Amino acid sequence: MKGFLKLTQIQLKLFLREPAAFFFTLMFPTMLLLLFGAIFGNGNKPIPQLNGYGNVDLLTGGFIGMIIATVGLMSIPVNAAAQREHKILRRLQCSPIRPIVYLASDVFANFITTSAGMILLIILGKLIYNLRLPGDPFGVIVWFVLSAFSFFALGYLLAAIAPTARMAQVVGNILFFPMLFLSGAAIPHQILPEFLKKVSEFIPLTHVIRIIQGFWFEGKWSDYYIEMSVVIGTMFVCLLLAVRLFRWE
Amino acid sequence: MPVIEVNNLRKVYGDITAVKDISFKVESGEIFGIVGPNGAGKTTTIEMMEGIRTPDSGTISILGLHPLKDSKKLRQRVGMQLQQAALPDRLKVWEAFDMFSQFYERFVDAQELLESVQLSEKRNAYFSQLSGGQKQRLFVALALINDPELVFLDELTTGLDPHARRSMWDMISGLRERGKTVVLSTHYMEEAEFLCDRVAIFHKGELLALDSVNNLINELDEDKRVEITLIEAIDTAKLNELETVSEVTRKGVELIVRGSSNRLVVDVVETLANMGAEIRTLRIKEANLEDVFLTKTGSSYRTVNNHSSNAGDTES
Repeated sequence: MKGFLKLTQIQLKLFLREPAAFFFTLMFPTMLLLLFGAIFGNGNKPIPQLNGYGNVDLLTGGFIGMIIATVGLMSIPVNAAAQREHKILRRLQCSPIRPIVYLASDVFANFITTSAGMILLIILGKLIYNLRLPGDPFGVIVWFVLSAFSFFALGYLLAAIAPTARMAQVVGNILFFPMLFLSGAAIPHQILPEFLKKVSEFIPLTHVIRIIQGFWFEGKWSDYYIEMSVVIGTMFVCLLLAVRLFRWE
Repeated sequence: MPVIEVNNLRKVYGDITAVKDISFKVESGEIFGIVGPNGAGKTTTIEMMEGIRTPDSGTISILGLHPLKDSKKLRQRVGMQLQQAALPDRLKVWEAFDMFSQFYERFVDAQELLESVQLSEKRNAYFSQLSGGQKQRLFVALALINDPELVFLDELTTGLDPHARRSMWDMISGLRERGKTVVLSTHYMEEAEFLCDRVAIFHKGELLALDSVNNLINELDEDKRVEITLIEAIDTAKLNELETVSEVTRKGVELIVRGSSNRLVVDVVETLANMGAEIRTLRIKEANLEDVFLTKTGSSYRTVNNHSSNAGDTES
């Protein structure tokens, strides 16, 4: 346990010393919220089509999805692959720490940074645009956690497959950017043409965002069984493969 | 009971047999050296003993335990310095010690360890800011964080400057005084001669010889060679008459006297003194581990080592 806590603490320190990860997880989503809030210009006035919620409320759900994808597709694959490539894992392997403890601390540290990104986004949204809080906070929290784990599993899978950290970064980016634009995280899903709407159904992030926005707007659990299955399915498939393909070196 | 017992160890990578039926024992409290050129199988053997590589066949017992099955228990009691390792770039030196110490049931004071490898003023530096030699010293110190009974040091002075190498040697000798058992690999023969109680010479995956440095050299039965520069030339007939002398070469005031007996030097000096000759310089050339390697393999150590260095610096 003390090994787990120490490793988590070290991972968080390293995160704070990594400007790119720090910026994209904590600063970038908030910057986008400010920017888009200004573009839409109407603050957070209720819109009838949004069940009485406003643009900023809608955007926040999307940006929470973006934070999850940033950590899962950009931070985790590159870090995990780099630690293997540079023989850092090798050195840890020489100590009595068990692989599962190392992995658990890495997951936990990443979960803390992802949550910090979300909390910061909500606090600033509230202060600046009078963001409405989720209609179903429990649903949002549960599916934030499950979605984060689902994307983390995808991230570790990428790290396990990629031969080098550089390759992990390339693959992570290739997955991240289309997801960002097609899932509704950055661009409202409604304005996509029919063809791209169909494509976006195959993107896990689309489903993550649909669930979180849905519960934000007081949606019912029974409306999202398909989306929930996609998130859980992604998590299990990636986790199984990642465990099977994990390498110390 | 020996600290390490290795029997018929074998490891194959594709077409290459990296380790061929190697057996040896390491006794408690000794500094055991594995020497040989790059690609001799040193690292593979050490990594199998460390439990980070699986042998194809053969058995290994470390402190009476199995390196793979009992790895968690063993890692509490064993220290390891790998040939290649790293820490995160932005991890500070003191944080590395702080982190690793939390993995062990018992650990020693990090400050003392840092002082023993002359890194105390680097304790707040990032790992990425350290030089190659400093990183090497950091990893040796980290291998000692749990006050291990047995320490594996793989190529511990590669990349160190002569001064840093000397202070590393002093530190390793100090480990022997504290009763630790040390297994180290090196491709520097002089390092093995200086540090090791016993030396195992590896070549192409085979164990060619295993004994103390003195025994290995004495076994060679090689001629001793005394090189003398005199103040004035003398007649060397009297030296030739000596029983212990097999050959005398003279070139002006310079003499080279050969012989195999341990009495050679005494006899030669005594005879010269009786003749009233004055000696300007006297050098005794002795066989060393490189000569042992030459005799056992038929090829010069430097040639083999340089050749394999060019082929690639790291061992598989």
